[in-house]
Amino acid sequence: MAPASLDVQSRAAAVQVRGLHRTFSTAAGEKHVLSNVSLDVPAGGIVALIGASGCGKSTLLREICGLNTPEAGAVLIGDSPVTGIDPRCAVAFQEPRLLPWRTIAENIALGLPSGVDKETGKARVAELISLVGLVEAANLRPRQISGGMAQRASLARALARNPAVLLLDEPFGALDALTRLRMQDLLLDIHAAEPTTIVMVTHDVEEALYLADDIALLAPAPNSHGAHVASLTTVPGSRPRSRTDAVLAHLRQEMLEGLGVSRHH
Amino acid sequence: MTAPTRERVTNKAADDDPNESPTVAPVSSKPARRRLNKRPWVIAGIGLIVPAVLLALWHWSTAVTGYFPIYQLPPPASVWDAGIDLIQRGELWTHVAISTQRVLIGFLVGATLGLAVGAIVGLSNLSSSLLSPMIGALRAVPSLAWIPLLLIWLKIGEDSKVTLIAIGAFFPVYTTVSAALRHVDPHLSEVGRAFGLRGFTLFRTIQLPAVIPSVISGLRLAMAQSWLFLVAAELAGASMGLGFLLTDSQNNGRVDRVLLAIVLLALLGVLTDIVIGFVEKRLLRKWS
Repeated sequence: MAPASLDVQSRAAAVQVRGLHRTFSTAAGEKHVLSNVSLDVPAGGIVALIGASGCGKSTLLREICGLNTPEAGAVLIGDSPVTGIDPRCAVAFQEPRLLPWRTIAENIALGLPSGVDKETGKARVAELISLVGLVEAANLRPRQISGGMAQRASLARALARNPAVLLLDEPFGALDALTRLRMQDLLLDIHAAEPTTIVMVTHDVEEALYLADDIALLAPAPNSHGAHVASLTTVPGSRPRSRTDAVLAHLRQEMLEGLGVSRHH
Repeated sequence: MTAPTRERVTNKAADDDPNESPTVAPVSSKPARRRLNKRPWVIAGIGLIVPAVLLALWHWSTAVTGYFPIYQLPPPASVWDAGIDLIQRGELWTHVAISTQRVLIGFLVGATLGLAVGAIVGLSNLSSSLLSPMIGALRAVPSLAWIPLLLIWLKIGEDSKVTLIAIGAFFPVYTTVSAALRHVDPHLSEVGRAFGLRGFTLFRTIQLPAVIPSVISGLRLAMAQSWLFLVAAELAGASMGLGFLLTDSQNNGRVDRVLLAIVLLALLGVLTDIVIGFVEKRLLRKWS
């Protein structure tokens, strides 16, 4: 299906993270979170960020869209640096975070870029609703739909920006296993239909192998307390990949070891 | 891509299936309430049982058995007659109208200020540190303590009474609005910011709708406070109004008129509460 009926061709842009540092002040003193993080994501590519819990994956994501500002280093989208919340990015958070007083359609409309005229916006929202399969839920409130549907609404809201960069923070983490698999396929369908650059945080190695072109492993940097990109792995083969591929199974084992999960003999 | 095929799923366990049709199960736990809501007259009728029983007891203990002497507790019929008498003299309407007017003006002024100041304090940390200790101290002053000052400054007139009522209406709205804004889900505010909303647009789109239920309960409290402060203001010095009717009747030993004034205050309080409840219902349907 070709949802490009509307004149909103995606404008996927490359993301470059250059020497990013980030520290949080806590009661116990300064806490280094990111230490000299550099990462390249080509336009239209999908990169998965994996790493142990609390290692700074979400922080990196927030730096890319400008919700946080780095102490040092820079993020470039296309050729221009990110300063403040960037309209070229759209985020889907770990929780759907829908506004409870708005219908699903109105929630998705929140993501529309500012300055879109009413008719175009309406058509775009309708297109996205059918893209994520929520036609029958369009006029329901968030409390009336299931978790998986809410997550799809959150994804549609992010897509409403027609973003150059789509940032996903463990978007399927809270879903049951079956729904997660379906959502992964939906994401690939959407990426095929409306190509955009995707940076996604996940703690699920299999999900990363199934979806991403490259997988960046965030781990504590040597001689520092913050995390850096410890390894960048290009996933072999092209999508759609088989979930039971032997090469991928081997890679999965390597990744898990990188995350500190030892091999079972 | 292929659009997800839809099939009807009735099992709640299959809830997260992206192919499901939406399970339209709005607030399924309250079928009983909904059934009653369809017959509001039944509910109103049930609510009238206790007042009717009390009225009968009142009548029985005064007019029938004479357990209470008339100078302590006159029978309901005497109170009714006192009301008819005041209506015929053309006084009752004046008392009710001026009291209602004072309450409404004071409530509007106080609630509007409460909303504005509550929003400023709730949204900005700086103004909260700056203002909330002072406002907290002013709130701690008992309402009656303002009366001498207001009488000296504004004299015994409409201004002093309306000001006192506005003070009474201000604090409940201020407190609920500032506290509610402070506790707006930061996740939702962040969504707003992430999608480019700032300043007043962020307030209008995310924060204000999120606190509407609190604003309404604040308004409800403020309306009750307004009637309370009205009586305080009118007891302190007035030539008309229900508070005046109370003191005047006390001085003349007219217990029937005292009771009449009390019943009227109760009815007016309930009436304004019903009006706010009606507004609340409409707003909550839209905003929650």
